[in-house]
Parts: sequence; structure tokens; C-alpha cells
Amino acid sequence: MMNTKVVGYIVIAVGIAVFAILAASQGLAVTLGAFFTIGIFSFLYKDNPYYKFSEAAFVGISAGYWFVSLFWQNMYSKLFVGVGAAYHTTFVQGGGWDDRWMMLIGGLLGVLMLMRLFPKAGWISRWPLAVVVGATAGLYFINYFVSNGILQLGASAGPLQRYDAAGNLDLWATISQAILVIGTLSGLIYFYFSKEHKGAFGGVAKIGIWTLMLTFGASFGYTVMSRLSLLIGRMDYLMSDWLQLIN
Amino acid sequence: MKVLHKILFCCLLAGMLLPASGMVAQVVDSAPADSAATGVAGMMAAVRRPAPPVNAGAEDTPSDEGHSINVFWELSADDRPGENLVTGYRILRAESPEGPFRETGFSSAGEKRYTDASTVPGTDFYYRIETQTAGGSSSSPVIGPVRSSAQWFNFNILNLFVVGGIISLFIGYFIASAKRGKILFIRKIAGLEAVDEAIGRATEMGRPILFIPGIQDMDDVQTVAGITILGRIAKTIAEYDSKLFVPTSRSIVMTTARESIKEAYLAAGRPDAYSDDYVQYVTDEQFGYVAAVDGIMVRERPATCFYLGAFFAESLIMAETGHSIEAIQIAGTAMPAQLPFFVAACDYTLIGEELFAASAYLSHEPRQLGSLKGQDVGKMIAMLAILAGVTLLTIGSLFNVGIATTAGEWVRDLFRLNQ
Repeated sequence: MMNTKVVGYIVIAVGIAVFAILAASQGLAVTLGAFFTIGIFSFLYKDNPYYKFSEAAFVGISAGYWFVSLFWQNMYSKLFVGVGAAYHTTFVQGGGWDDRWMMLIGGLLGVLMLMRLFPKAGWISRWPLAVVVGATAGLYFINYFVSNGILQLGASAGPLQRYDAAGNLDLWATISQAILVIGTLSGLIYFYFSKEHKGAFGGVAKIGIWTLMLTFGASFGYTVMSRLSLLIGRMDYLMSDWLQLIN
Repeated sequence: MKVLHKILFCCLLAGMLLPASGMVAQVVDSAPADSAATGVAGMMAAVRRPAPPVNAGAEDTPSDEGHSINVFWELSADDRPGENLVTGYRILRAESPEGPFRETGFSSAGEKRYTDASTVPGTDFYYRIETQTAGGSSSSPVIGPVRSSAQWFNFNILNLFVVGGIISLFIGYFIASAKRGKILFIRKIAGLEAVDEAIGRATEMGRPILFIPGIQDMDDVQTVAGITILGRIAKTIAEYDSKLFVPTSRSIVMTTARESIKEAYLAAGRPDAYSDDYVQYVTDEQFGYVAAVDGIMVRERPATCFYLGAFFAESLIMAETGHSIEAIQIAGTAMPAQLPFFVAACDYTLIGEELFAASAYLSHEPRQLGSLKGQDVGKMIAMLAILAGVTLLTIGSLFNVGIATTAGEWVRDLFRLNQ
């Protein structure tokens, strides 16, 4: 047990020494980035104190960063500066209504949200939540209705046979259109919740889920490649920016 | 006259060699249009002052927010197929008829209209359209004043209003039916059948339940769906007296989740068992959040993990960690790129629309049930429209049946945006 502790301390001491030397030679910021990158990667071995430290630092720093970022982006630039500018336009220049006065509504909703800090007035904090959820549902209704419904519908409802520029039947384009129509219809049937998936209806729904799974398979491969590019990016950071092993 | 031609020719040659084309324009503009004569006809044609566009006009763009004006014209007599004389039309704008006119846009040769999308509602604008050639330009008379204004209704998407209205009417009808006590059938959804079983397993094992409502804010409908399901799940958890943990990456999601769980505990008759500590804000940073959630998973070892909401690259990291601690995992999202990962790594996955149907299925609440049934009518309309459009247009095209093509195009146009 003692030996394990000693080995542990030696590993830590050597690690600190290595990082100190590299920090001196490659720069503190780059070395800190590498330190935390390796710390997060150490989770691949198992949960350990190095990972816990990196995790806590990452969470703490990012939470602080986001607080400051949101304060300057929203509270300062929209509420304080925006309303200040509206005041200037309306009262100093006499220019009448300024749209930036609307920012006050956001500010008021924010104040109402803070009411939850007072137990007796805590119920008021539900109002801004209701506004956010309700307004979101209303605003996005059209967007989703158009992108997920109307546009796909218009694109699918075309003739099956397709012709090339010379006016000859384009076999592959025709097959592609047929697959699109069958996939869309069977997919819609799969997502039809008012009828049990049995008999012929269930058979078509099965084609729908197979279509979805084939799509997911293709998407899986594509997305894995993008994840690999993230890994390559980190490795490049460690090897090029930090250790400078690759030019 | 010959001397004048020679001088002109020399000037043109020099102009071609000079990099500053503006000098050429000045030279040519100063020459009378009819001076292009024999001997240098081809070259002169390229620099002759073009005919201006005719019948130019401008109007406020209909059915918009009031920030654009449509400018239109008939092509210049020199803008003809086979002649590359006209290079395009310069659209100039001013706030008074005397100017100064500044360029606000450019349209290629053959174009007959331009949308100026940088107008200020309520301000008068004046336009001029200049036909451009390599060597000169000629302008239409001043058009205006034209004023842009916002319209209350966008008639370009009237079809959207009609289709949406019909579906909304059905939703209203089904909600009313459900409230009257009519039983509305919804088919079984595999992942949801397992919810109670998964919570029961966690209770028996004495381990907590982890719920991740995605990493987006409450302005994402998937988060809203996730939180709605959380309310239903929390009620069962309260009844079973299990431990729940909900780390969030958005402060408003944290507040909403707390409200939802609090109500669920109240509905279960166990308000005393509720604690704000069930829901914690971690960080807005995507990978910082994942690092924390992974840490929670391996330390708390939840028996059941729910991932219901909007997810991005973190989906596989969390699902893989959940898999490594042998938790039952139920996921649901409408993010197409993340669904494959959940399908691969989780026990049950709610695919897209199933996530939105889940809360209605679990709660059997009249409004949600009615909404789901109304949406099913919408899907039925979509299926019929696709079938009708495809059949009519295919028959029309194959057998040259005009009426079938016309009817098919009418069906298709019902689902096209005209903006």
C-alpha cells in the first residue's frame, strides 16, 4: 500500500516537473490547454482525480465565462445600452417611439423570474416561463410547419418518371424519386399514432422504420467522420501546438 | 471626317490599354452616339451609348415587413439575345428627385426586376435605372416617390394558413372530444412502455435516476417535450420514492424543470419529498456539461438514464458512459444526426415525432391527446396529397393527359411557398 502511494507521488512529481518544463519552453497557455486536454482524455482509463480536477476546472471556468458573456451580450448591450439609446432617441432628440424600448419587457420578465428568491412571491416567476414557452411554441409553429411539412410535401408530390436534358427517361432519377415517395409515405405511416401497426398497415410502417434505419446508418457514418475530425483537432493541438512534433 | 475617325480609333486603342476603364467611359460618353461609323463598327458597337430601359416603375413589395420595394422595367432595346452589348442594369436610389442618386443594386442583362431590400418604412424613395454597357450608360426617367410599408397579412403563404387552419380545427375538435370523455386511441410506443419498468428497476436497486433534458434552452420545442415527459416521470418517481437527478445546461431549463418536478411531487401527494437539489445547473458550455454529466454517471451510478430533448455531439459520449455503467437507457430526440447514436447505444429510442407523442401517451391529458390526434389528421392529409400529386402528375406526364397534369400541379401548388 505504501509502495503504491510512493509510486503515485513520484508519478505526480514527475508529471508536474514535465509540465513545468514544457510550460517554460512552449508557453503557459498552450501547456495548460494540453494539461486539461489530457486530463479529460484520462476518463477513457477510468474516473480519477486528474479527470475530476479537469472536469471541475472546465465546468467552473465555462460557467463563469458564460455568465460574463451573457451579461455583456444581453444585459449590457441590449438592456442597458439599448434602453439608454431609446431614451436618447425619444426624450433627448424628440424622435418619438424607438423599438428598443421593447427591451424593457425582457428586463421586466427577468426581474419577475428573480421573484422566486422570495417565497411569498415565488409564484410570479412562472409568468416569464409561461411567456417563454408560449412565445416559443407560437414562433416556431410556422418554421417547423414549413420546413418539416409543407416543403417536403411539395418536393415529394411530383411525377415518378424523370427525364434528362435530352428528354430521355433518366432511370436512376426515376428510381430515386420512387424511393423518395415510398420512404416518405411509409415514414408518415410509421409516425401515425391513431392506428395499431398491424396487418398491411403494420407492413408499410415496417418499411418506414427500415427507411429510417437506413438513413440513420448513412448518417452514423457521416457523423462519425466529423467526430474523428474533432479528435484529430485535439491531437493536432497536442502534437503541433504543444509538443511541436509536427510542423 | 476621316481625321476624326482616326483620332477616335487612337483614343479607343489607348483606352483598351489603360487599366482605368472610367477614362474610356468619359471619352465615349463625350462622343455623339451616331459617330460610331464604318471601319471600326464592331469596336464602336461595344462602346455605343445604349438605349435606356423603358416603362420603368417601382412599387412597395406586397405582403412583406415593409423593408423592401420592387423596381421593374422593360428591357433596353439593346438588351437582346445574341448581343452582349448590355452588361446589366444599375439601380440608383435617392431620397429626393434631384438626388444625389447612389447605387443600391445591380441586375444582370435580361433581368426585368430588382428588389431593394434596404428601404426604411415610411420614407419616400426615388429610383433611376441605368442600362450599362462596356463603354457607357443611359438612364430611365426618375421613378417615384415610392414608399415601403409593412402589411398585416402575408397573402403569399395563404395556403399555409388554410392547411394549418384545417389541422388546427381538427386539433380543437379532438381536444373538445377528449374533454367530453371520449376515449382517443393511441398506439403503443415501445420506449414508453419501458419507462415504469426502468423506474422500478432503479427503485429496487436503490440507485438514482438521471434525466437529461438536452442542451438547448426552453425556446427549443424538443426541450419543452423533454420537460413535459420529465413531469410525468417525476410523478412515478415520487410514488416509488426513488432519487432523481437532473443536471441542466441552461438556467431557464433548470427553473422550468424544478417547477415541473415540484408539481409532479404535489400531484403524487408527496410535496415534502421534493427538493430543489434534484435539479442543478452545470454550465452552458456543451462539452463542459458533458464532462460533468459523465462524472455524475460514474460516481452516482444511476440505474436508469433518460435523454429526452435536443442533443448534439454530446449524445454518444453520454450514451456510451451510460452503457458502461450498465444503466437502462431511454433516449428521444428529433435531431436526425444524433438519433443513430442513441439507436446504437440505448435500450429504447423515441424517434423524432415519438418524442412529442410521448408526453400525450404518458399523461393521457385531453389537450395533449387531442393535439396528437389532430396532428395525425394532418399526416393523413399529407399522405393523401402526396399520393394524389404523384398519381396525377405521373399519369398526366406518361399519357399526356392535360387535366391530370393540371389537377396534379394544383395539388402540388397547395404545398408550395410563394415567397
